[in-house]
Amino acid sequence: MSDVDRRSELARTGGRNPRSRIGRLEIPAIRGVLVREFTNFGSYWRSTTFSSTIDPTIYLLAFGFGFGTLVTRVDGHDYVDFVGTGVVATAVLFSSVFPSMFGTFVKYKFQHTYDAILAAPVDTEELVTAEALWMACRAGTFGCVPLLVAIGFGLDPAPGMLLVPPIAFISGLGWACFGIMIAGLLKSIDNFNYVTSIVITPMFLVAGTFFPLSGLPEGAQILGNLNPLHHTVELVRHASFGWDPPADVLHLAALLAFAAIMWRLAISALQRKLVN
Amino acid sequence: MTSLRAVIEAAISLRGVFKRYGPIQAVDGLDLDVPTGTCVGLLGPNGAGKSTTMRMLTAQAIADAGELRVLGYTLPGESKVARAEMGVVPQLDNLDDTLTVEDNLRVFAHLYRLGRAERGPAIERALQIAHLGERRSSKVSELSGGMRRRLLIARALVHRPRLLLLDEPTVGLDPQVRQELWALIDALRSEGTSILMSTHYIEEAQRLADSVTIMSHGKAVATGPPSALVVEHAGAEVLEVYGPPARLAEVEADAVAAGIRKRRTGTSIALMGIEGRNGDLPEGVRRPSNLEDVFVLLTGEEVM
Repeated sequence: MSDVDRRSELARTGGRNPRSRIGRLEIPAIRGVLVREFTNFGSYWRSTTFSSTIDPTIYLLAFGFGFGTLVTRVDGHDYVDFVGTGVVATAVLFSSVFPSMFGTFVKYKFQHTYDAILAAPVDTEELVTAEALWMACRAGTFGCVPLLVAIGFGLDPAPGMLLVPPIAFISGLGWACFGIMIAGLLKSIDNFNYVTSIVITPMFLVAGTFFPLSGLPEGAQILGNLNPLHHTVELVRHASFGWDPPADVLHLAALLAFAAIMWRLAISALQRKLVN
Repeated sequence: MTSLRAVIEAAISLRGVFKRYGPIQAVDGLDLDVPTGTCVGLLGPNGAGKSTTMRMLTAQAIADAGELRVLGYTLPGESKVARAEMGVVPQLDNLDDTLTVEDNLRVFAHLYRLGRAERGPAIERALQIAHLGERRSSKVSELSGGMRRRLLIARALVHRPRLLLLDEPTVGLDPQVRQELWALIDALRSEGTSILMSTHYIEEAQRLADSVTIMSHGKAVATGPPSALVVEHAGAEVLEVYGPPARLAEVEADAVAAGIRKRRTGTSIALMGIEGRNGDLPEGVRRPSNLEDVFVLLTGEEVM
């Protein structure tokens, strides 16, 4: 920028920071959207934290102790430990995909929040990225709850468990973007039922959370391996019971690929809805 | 050089802008100017293309063709920089209901990228503009309709924009609240903020706008200061003739034959530009012409 340009820039902006740079994925834009989410979280954190804590505990109690009377050991682990580590993925799924599907749709369609945000210097790409990051942070936090509960019921703490929050974060990022994409594609909130029944419920069950995939028919095993939730379950179990490096690299790669693909799809789906 | 041009250039300049949604040509070759420091009213019936135009100015709708410049920036490519320097008051209330007044402003101080030191004073200023200082800690859901509107305007002003877009700013509000908002908008204009305000309230445009652009079917059908538009299209005086439908039809036919511009008002026929005429006119009530006469004359009597 020459001196003349800088002077005219100053004249135009009245001495404020020049804002002529047009960038993609600018940190201030992402931060602005995150500040909005964080500020709003202040008014609903109690109910969210409550359900995010109670839900996995119920699963753990029902399966771990209910089903656990029939099955004591699975894959060489106590069944309660097996389920306690597996339910982390369930908690990640529930604390990312549902808030993101419904939250995005409500903010877009009923509260018109995104109209206000896009009238500020924020683009759809930044909006989606910030919303997904926020949801992923929540998943990374709430995803740890089942593990803590399981430790309370006798699961041995392990240093590898310190990596559970980032694993839950990456998985949550993918599911949050999946939810945003669904909200961008579907015209009515009623149609979310199809997605829940066709995609989310089967994935939730065929993830190796409550029973190992190895006992399933070959077709179901292949599908299970395509399920990001299965890779989440495997990584969390290995973090708790011992790593299997070659397999874990692949599990991590699968989660990163899922997040990256869903991120781009979410942006294009929401862009079509918000900018037309 | 872009920035130097921005000082001289109009706040908004649209040339030959087209936008189609499926079978509907929402904007059809629109030219529109908002000179820096003025308030321009965008007037038109529902479906004239006002909202689409507003959305194009924030790049939430992308024009099919035409040139759009806002604060010296070319849209949609440089829209983000333009948006950083403008404020938008939407037609639909999109405040965060469960947050306080102050939190709503704080969120937008972040979204408009004010620095840490600037945010506090900016929020105070916005609270003062909206006269909401005493309600700063109230949740938005506890505010009256008028307060919410004021907060929407304050939120759009938190970063001291050079240009303000107001989309139907007083729709659905009590007359008292509307007057209060008019005073607020008038004060902003006198401070030098450029304003584009879409409205279908004719009185609003007449009171606040330095210049009015009347839109119909996606085009600008007339542009100029309200008083000049009135004189140009409706003359100085209007004669309102009342009577039963048959009589009104007769008066209308006579007016057409005599080459007098006329419009139906619902209860009467208004004959325009009748100053200087005498003997050949029917019985009726004379009144000064107004912008509503021009509006109906130019946008048609039938509402789409």
